Amino acid sequence: MKEHDIERLHARNNQVHLSFSNIMLVFVLFFLFIPLIVVVTYSFNETKEMNFTGFTLQWYKKLFTDSSALWAAFTNSLLVAMLSSITATILGSMAAIGIKWYQFKARKAIISVSYLPMVLPEVIVGVSMLIFFSSLNINLGLFTIYIAHTTFNLPFVFLLVSARLDEFDYSTIEAARDLGATETQSLFKVVIPSILPGILSGLLMSVTMSLEDFVITFFVTGAGSDTLPLYVYSQIRYGVSPVINALSMIVILGTMALAWVCKSFLKTIAANS
Amino acid sequence: MKWRPSELRVRKLGMIYSYPMGVWLLVFFVIPLAIIFLYSFLTRDIYGTVKYPFTLSAYQAMFSKSYGVVLFRTIWITVLSTVLCLLLSLPAGYAMARSKNQTFLLFLVMVPFWTNSIIRIFAWITLLSSEGILSHMLQSLGLLDQGMDLMYNNGAVVLVLVYMYIPYSILPLFTTIDKFDFSLLDAARDLGATKFQAIVKVLLPNIKSGISTALIFTAIPIFGAYTVPQLVGGKESTMLGNIIVEQVQKARNLPLASAFSVVLCLASTFGVLWMLKDAGSSKTKSSLSQQAKVEANVKLSHQGDSNERA
Repeated sequence: MKEHDIERLHARNNQVHLSFSNIMLVFVLFFLFIPLIVVVTYSFNETKEMNFTGFTLQWYKKLFTDSSALWAAFTNSLLVAMLSSITATILGSMAAIGIKWYQFKARKAIISVSYLPMVLPEVIVGVSMLIFFSSLNINLGLFTIYIAHTTFNLPFVFLLVSARLDEFDYSTIEAARDLGATETQSLFKVVIPSILPGILSGLLMSVTMSLEDFVITFFVTGAGSDTLPLYVYSQIRYGVSPVINALSMIVILGTMALAWVCKSFLKTIAANS
Repeated sequence: MKWRPSELRVRKLGMIYSYPMGVWLLVFFVIPLAIIFLYSFLTRDIYGTVKYPFTLSAYQAMFSKSYGVVLFRTIWITVLSTVLCLLLSLPAGYAMARSKNQTFLLFLVMVPFWTNSIIRIFAWITLLSSEGILSHMLQSLGLLDQGMDLMYNNGAVVLVLVYMYIPYSILPLFTTIDKFDFSLLDAARDLGATKFQAIVKVLLPNIKSGISTALIFTAIPIFGAYTVPQLVGGKESTMLGNIIVEQVQKARNLPLASAFSVVLCLASTFGVLWMLKDAGSSKTKSSLSQQAKVEANVKLSHQGDSNERA
């Protein structure tokens, strides 16, 4: 009897509790989504005015048929995102394996340096790279953007793969070695397959971060190497543009698809970001 | 997890695995930081590059009146936005952690978080500009003069900064609250604590590491913000980030930009160290979480009692 009462009491307490925090949660979610909803709605608006005058797909038509500069910027973004995320994934995953299982010189130094690019404000990373490249007389362009993106992606891959390695049992490798596997065989047939989710989430995270970055890219970009965020920035500095509304709709849909694909590791990602 | 050290062969392998990333970060991250550190002690020459000898003039210039105002503004905007983020995220993170639909709620938080930041700022411009929908609504209600913007002021900067960085405080808070044992709250209530006391004395001390992580991950990017004040701020909204960009790209005063960067860098590093220290000390039992443990024991014995009777 008494247990029942206690449970009911707790249930009631929880409900009272939930209501305030739930209201706040709903408020926060509204706050997060209202700007996005407004942008998406106006991408279907006939005129540039803020009165909703009628439904149209003309901005989408313009986006897909008459925006060559935008698509050139998008191609640049994709190219940089692919190259930098692959580089970062390979280097970051290797480093995570080395640091997890081996002892060597500068091990601790690498660990501490690998966290820094994540925590320093982007402006600093951008300025320091700009000054570095210009002091070496390296021409700014897609190459410097690639270097910069790889640099800020490395820590994320390293962190996600390290987290995955924590769950990996080293005795599996010992077993493989005992059965006669070479170092390379045990790496490719045992270690990599079992940490693949970590590697893939690192890769995905890198692609996202690279496509999304504005500030660092803004510093290390050169003439003719606009990425998509830089292009959008140049368009919105002087006001509202319906084609960008249409683009936003596509970007938001893409992000939703990505988040949906990652649904099963969202909790790990939340814990690591 | 047992960790196997040494042997020369193993030592070599560790280097083969880890040095490529180490070297990459050394060349493209550590050395550039060292260069701005060095530059901050030099002066600008007429070609927009730097010259010796070492001086502190860049640091002295930072504390001139016009930059002092910017520094002060950056600090208050950072404090205000961070506090607002935390006040909104604490209950929101709590509700998420207690919800049965955690994955869906995380999805809802992640979508705006992962949406391109420039697009999100653009969305706010759509809402706030003089032709924007919010201004339009207020104008038709007669609350705002025709053609007036809601942007280009510090309020808009704080609003959009909170919008941009609130996921950085929701996510760590959600993660720590999710690990919290909610029966401790019930225990506190059973011991006669009010709801408010239970939250302040039991929940908050136990999620201290989450709070400090949220604080740091929100405050650091806000402190170094560039795009938000640039796009929705006015002439009186310049922050440190804007000064750095202006000094690099327009004035070509690299020593001054470097000095500002060094200060920003040091402030962030101290913040992170403070956070790590705090996370470390919350692992060693603080008196407050011990108090929670006692209360948990009381709760267990309560349950034991009731089980016996049932």
